[in-house]
Amino acid sequence: MLPDQYLSADEWTAVMLTLQVATRAVLMGLPFAVAIALLLSRTRFPGRSLLDTLVHLPLVLPPVVVGWLLLLIFGLRGLIGGWLYSALGVRLVFTTEGAALACAVMSFPLMVRTIRLSLDAIDPGLVQAARSLGAGPLDRLMSLVLPLALPGILVGAITAFVACLGEFGAVITFAASIPGQTQTLPLAIYAALQQPNGENVAARLSLVSLVLATLGLLGSEWVNRILRARIGR
Amino acid sequence: MITVALRHDYPNASLNIAFAAPTPGTTVLFGPSGSGKTSVISAIAGLLRADRLHVSLDEEVLTDTAHRVFVPPERRRIGLVFQDGRLFPHLTVKGNLAYGWKRAPQGPFAFDDVLELLGIEDLLQQRPHTLSGGQKQRVAIGRALLSQPRLLLLDEPLASLDRARRQEILPYLQRLKHRHNMPIVYVTHSMTEVTLLADTLVMLQGGQVQVAGPLAEVSSNPAMPTALRDDAGSVLRMRVVDHDPYARLTRLQAGRLTLDVPLQAGRSGHVRVKVPAREIILAQAAMAAISINNTIPGRVRRVVEDVERNIALVEVLVGEEVLLARVTRNAVARLGLQTGAAVMAMVKSSSIEVMDGPA
Repeated sequence: MLPDQYLSADEWTAVMLTLQVATRAVLMGLPFAVAIALLLSRTRFPGRSLLDTLVHLPLVLPPVVVGWLLLLIFGLRGLIGGWLYSALGVRLVFTTEGAALACAVMSFPLMVRTIRLSLDAIDPGLVQAARSLGAGPLDRLMSLVLPLALPGILVGAITAFVACLGEFGAVITFAASIPGQTQTLPLAIYAALQQPNGENVAARLSLVSLVLATLGLLGSEWVNRILRARIGR
Repeated sequence: MITVALRHDYPNASLNIAFAAPTPGTTVLFGPSGSGKTSVISAIAGLLRADRLHVSLDEEVLTDTAHRVFVPPERRRIGLVFQDGRLFPHLTVKGNLAYGWKRAPQGPFAFDDVLELLGIEDLLQQRPHTLSGGQKQRVAIGRALLSQPRLLLLDEPLASLDRARRQEILPYLQRLKHRHNMPIVYVTHSMTEVTLLADTLVMLQGGQVQVAGPLAEVSSNPAMPTALRDDAGSVLRMRVVDHDPYARLTRLQAGRLTLDVPLQAGRSGHVRVKVPAREIILAQAAMAAISINNTIPGRVRRVVEDVERNIALVEVLVGEEVLLARVTRNAVARLGLQTGAAVMAMVKSSSIEVMDGPA
């Protein structure tokens, strides 16, 4: 852990909050990303290319637009947000969960792409072999397809995690910049730069961002190499 | 009995293949690449969606496109061994072997017996990418056997291996065939594997069945395209009748045909014998003072001349058995070899290949 003399309590809070938001975002998005990647990679159905496009939209839309769309859908008067609030009392806008949701949506295409690539790389001959050995569809998924796609799934999760650490536009639009709740590192850096004499704070937080991002990328490379060595690729 | 009737149009080729083969027994699909062998295997396994397809195994219909019958591959209990092994890379050898075993009902193949049969006891903890080609194929065969199949499909299992590795696997396949009576459908383009394994031969060419039938019948039919190849010959089922340790010869018999071969100490019962056509000499009368041990009187049944290469294949009938001899067209003319002519077939003992079991 970074000792307090390097970072102030507020700065420290922003770092921890960022890690928390990114973790939640990945946990939220991963099951859906695996499911969508499976749909796109292993099935053919009408509307498949529409789904493909929809999933990739966050990659090409301005993040602010994504944030605004999230407000429309998950805001207190939004279609889903209104129901969540009235039925379950859950509010997403301007909360840590909301920040995580914005990050999850923004990093979703990255996850789906990586997982789908690893699914596409599975030799169809292995699936045929599993069939001839008596494995039905769900059985094959659990015993063959997912284990073989595991490197891609983990790398996708780590890449998405790192991307979440830097998400700005969608988070500030949907969850605002509330210190301790939604003010993640990039938002804190931006806020610091708005203050007179905030350059030092911004510099320290930027350095932290740099270190986290580098560690994340190295980590994904390392995980990938270890898992691939295990299956001899 | 396995029956296959397959019609399928690919963009640049079409298949029209139908045959039936007895079970148990080994059916070899033989033909050049692109002749439709792998499509037939895939059709039997349920991995090929064809325009029109009917597959049945021992009276059970597995696929019938006309009546929308389709038993999915995972419920057919048909073992499949591919050219490239297709072991699961994320599992150890043991994990691979157990994959089908765990999912199969109780059957005749016990885990330890299969390990021993294939000589893979020492590989259990290894991962597929650390195995040699021959080891991979043995594990793949073991994995298929442990799924307790009713039928084993082998798609050129030896094609990717060098000569030494092939020699390593072939005995296991023969053991499987003779000791376990496993029905096998085997795809190859190697004449050696045909001779060693086939009971029924189905020759494919350009998506059609050229000839199909029991090997002994098919292999000595001179109209067969293979018969014009250099490795043509008759494959016979013979019985060991006597060993002569002084002459160092073993006597084999099938009906009225008797052949002396180099001493096969320890062999008894039935054997499979290949007499290569190029090793038979035809004469009008027997000769004394000649190194050849086998001089067999017979009658010419048929002569097929290969005008292009100026050679001819002569079918010589000895009792019920047929010997195939390859001679020049000139010899055919000189000896007056026409249907019905009496002829002496001389066979060098050392050129006769004796192999295990008649199946």
